[in-house]
Amino acid sequence: MRNVRPATVMPRLRLTVVLVALGLCAFALVARAFQMQVLKREFYQDQGDARFLRDIEVPASRGMITDRNGEPLAISTPMISLWLHPETLLEDPARIAALAQAMRLKREELAARVQQRRAREFMYLARHLPPDQAEAVLALKIPGVHGQREYRRFYPGGEVFAHVLGVTDVDDAGQEGLELAYNAQLLGTPGVKRVIKNRRGEIVENVEEIRAAEPGRTLATSLDRRIQYLAYRELKAAMFEHSASSGSMVVIDIPTGDVLAMVNYPSFNPNARASGDIAARRNRAVTDLFEPGSVVKAFTVAAGLESGKFKPDTIIDTYPGTLQVRNHVVRDIRNFGQIDLGGLLMKSSNVAATKIALELDNDHLYDVFHRFGFGTLTGSGFPGESTGTLPDPGGWGQVEKATLSYGYGLSVNALQMAQAYAALADGGRLRAPRFVREATPTEPRTLLDPGIAADVLRMLETVTGPGGSAVKAAVPNYRVAGKTGTARRAIAGGYDSRYVSVFAGVIPVSKPRLAAVVVVNDPRGGAYYGGLVAAPVFGRVMDDAMRLLNIAPDHLQPQLIAADVPTPAQFAEGVMP
Amino acid sequence: MIDFDLMSRIERGLARWLKRPRLDLPLLCALLLVAATGLVVLYSASAEAPAQVLNQGLRLGLGFGVLLVFARIPPTVFRTWTPWFYVFTLVLLVAVLLFGEGRGAHRWLDLKLVRFQPSEFAKLALPMMVAWYLHDRPLQPSWRDLAACALILAVPAALIVKQPDLGTALLVGASGAFVIFLAGMSWRRILLLGGLGLAALPPWWQFVMHEYQRNRVRMFLNPEADPLGNGWNIIQSQIAVGSGGVFGKGWMGSTQARLDFLPEHTTDFIFAVFSEEFGLVGVAAIVLVYLFVIGRGLWIAANARDTYSRLLAGSLSMTFFVYVMVNGGMIAGLMPVVGVPMPLISYGGTSAVSLLAGFGILMSIHAHRLRGR
Repeated sequence: MRNVRPATVMPRLRLTVVLVALGLCAFALVARAFQMQVLKREFYQDQGDARFLRDIEVPASRGMITDRNGEPLAISTPMISLWLHPETLLEDPARIAALAQAMRLKREELAARVQQRRAREFMYLARHLPPDQAEAVLALKIPGVHGQREYRRFYPGGEVFAHVLGVTDVDDAGQEGLELAYNAQLLGTPGVKRVIKNRRGEIVENVEEIRAAEPGRTLATSLDRRIQYLAYRELKAAMFEHSASSGSMVVIDIPTGDVLAMVNYPSFNPNARASGDIAARRNRAVTDLFEPGSVVKAFTVAAGLESGKFKPDTIIDTYPGTLQVRNHVVRDIRNFGQIDLGGLLMKSSNVAATKIALELDNDHLYDVFHRFGFGTLTGSGFPGESTGTLPDPGGWGQVEKATLSYGYGLSVNALQMAQAYAALADGGRLRAPRFVREATPTEPRTLLDPGIAADVLRMLETVTGPGGSAVKAAVPNYRVAGKTGTARRAIAGGYDSRYVSVFAGVIPVSKPRLAAVVVVNDPRGGAYYGGLVAAPVFGRVMDDAMRLLNIAPDHLQPQLIAADVPTPAQFAEGVMP
Repeated sequence: MIDFDLMSRIERGLARWLKRPRLDLPLLCALLLVAATGLVVLYSASAEAPAQVLNQGLRLGLGFGVLLVFARIPPTVFRTWTPWFYVFTLVLLVAVLLFGEGRGAHRWLDLKLVRFQPSEFAKLALPMMVAWYLHDRPLQPSWRDLAACALILAVPAALIVKQPDLGTALLVGASGAFVIFLAGMSWRRILLLGGLGLAALPPWWQFVMHEYQRNRVRMFLNPEADPLGNGWNIIQSQIAVGSGGVFGKGWMGSTQARLDFLPEHTTDFIFAVFSEEFGLVGVAAIVLVYLFVIGRGLWIAANARDTYSRLLAGSLSMTFFVYVMVNGGMIAGLMPVVGVPMPLISYGGTSAVSLLAGFGILMSIHAHRLRGR
């Protein structure tokens, strides 16, 4: 080390300069802290507490749903949701008390609720209050209580339309039914506005509207409010009359494929959220499958005619009312003897249906059923629709083919069956059922020779005539074609002692307009035949529907006119016949 | 046998160390106090992330370990190795330009085992090198010596500017300049060079600085011009400090950090969280502790045994103070935003280790001081 110098050589001045500079800097820093933290504290605190830009969503109102005539079925009404900043509210017990009084709540309960969430910045007090009620609370100007505009869905039709329309959730998104299927159209585009929020999330200032909210578009459905009400009323009445567990009815406008009515029982009130049990919320007409029973015999007959092996007047011997197929005995309710195909449908002979089926190729019978839409989705686009089952013909034995011919071994939903009957009535032309009203009918698919379809329809007319199995489906002054069905309800591994009663029908026969299917599960009032349980519902609904739709009668009954209308003389005397 | 021999040597060494640890206890206590404060604030600023706190705790532990080891090494050894360390640092700085990583700027070297910022090494290497160069030359360095020192500083500083990390480059340059200042450069020359430096500022602003750096300075002068963009940090930081008041909002009470309004609230802006939570009282207290650390460092420098030690100790102490001032000034809105951490408080490993290594050297110089041996 050449140059070891004593410490005193560190120049005094230099050290002093350094120390002074250090002291000045440190002083400057603390002085600045003093200035900020003492002199301008309030300014900075206000800045920190009050001024933060946020872009918030402005809710758009959901589109209205109407029936085919523009009657509102679902409307969004503006509501106000009240929310709290718990900490602010808890600052003063008087605030809780005032709020509890305004909301008609118990003070202790409210205090407990708020206390529980005191660490949060936000809690809902009540959602979707009517505006006048909410504004009355907001007018008290209790610190920490805020309002927020939202829209609430309101269904004027209540339980009558509950299944087909579906519901929305609390945030206005479609959850089920048409609300779900057409959610994109109904949902508006929320707007955006820029606001300044303080630390507590309260909006201090609206800065600008970045995008205006765009309300959703109206959905005009194919439904007819009047027929829907009618169908629901009559179905519900039948439910009570026969102590049944559940039921569905579907009405289709044949020329367009429009679904005019779709009702189920039990139902629920869509205006009260989360009420009722889950089972009541199911749209059984599309989700629930049943074995259709004799209702499919119309298609068995159509297949027989199409094969050329049978003519409408071909006589089938059903003696003695039973038929042994392998190890299975096909039974009629009694011995019908020798009947033609019309008689088969009129009497609903299982033996005759089996004899037709046994003459047909597996593939042909399957093809006819398949063409009429069994085992495939209808294409209606309704959420949650079931496909149903139609077993592959490769696996059919004689017994399977026999039972299929009278409606066992396959499953369908009510909408599928209504579609199939509509197609049969329309000269064999199938239209996918639709729920939205459009100017032009959907393009049909021809499934069957129109002549055969007309023959089957004419035969089905006898069913509702004297001696038929469904005289109760008859509608005065109109020609009605249809078919009853009564099936044991399938349960896992076999059949239950419970029944499903079905009626599928078409009116008026001369110019088919409406096709309808009624399904009643578990009638327990003694009667369970389709002709006694389901057919009357059809008859009553169609009687009124014909008048509502102003459809010309095709089968006037003069004697009724003569009997019902008072003669001028009686009228003058005030005597009613 | 050899193992046994080694064991007994370690044992003896440990016993010796325990008897006379060669540590400056007041300085060590102050450093521990600052580090502990940093961990406490980090817990709050990281929104109660124990992993992050543990991580930083481990780095600080490593730093104190290095400090203890360096305190045992005589200053003459440091002096002997200084040129090699300087060259090593230059190599690392070149490597980081070639293989470095980081967001936007290449500041980190990843050696799989450790990941560090070589520019932190430069904070030690440069003052050491300048002190080494000047220690055996007459004081009042000649123009030639000054030119040599300028070269020693300019090469690494330029490499750091390239990363780009202007703030660190300036600090590293300053640490070297402090050595020259302490070496007794005449006041006339200081004024002359200072004047030249000022004159060079406008062209430098125009041709050398990056746009983001110019923006930082503009924002410092007028943060309200772009309150949601470049001015955001400055405004949020000042709001944090100012809203703390005299006694602060209490530990874990920083709304600015907790609600995410304050960016970088565990690293460069952690002192704003500290100010918000502990108020003016806390700020004054921590500044006093820092002043004590620096004062103690200067006292060690004044009592150093040789020129190298004296220059190095003085420079390290003053550089430490500059860090505190630059970070504190940035947070208080007295200085533009420069990526300088608050020593021992900001989250970050290399910085903590290099700082504590520097204090290890200080302790070594203290242990070999003139008096009291």
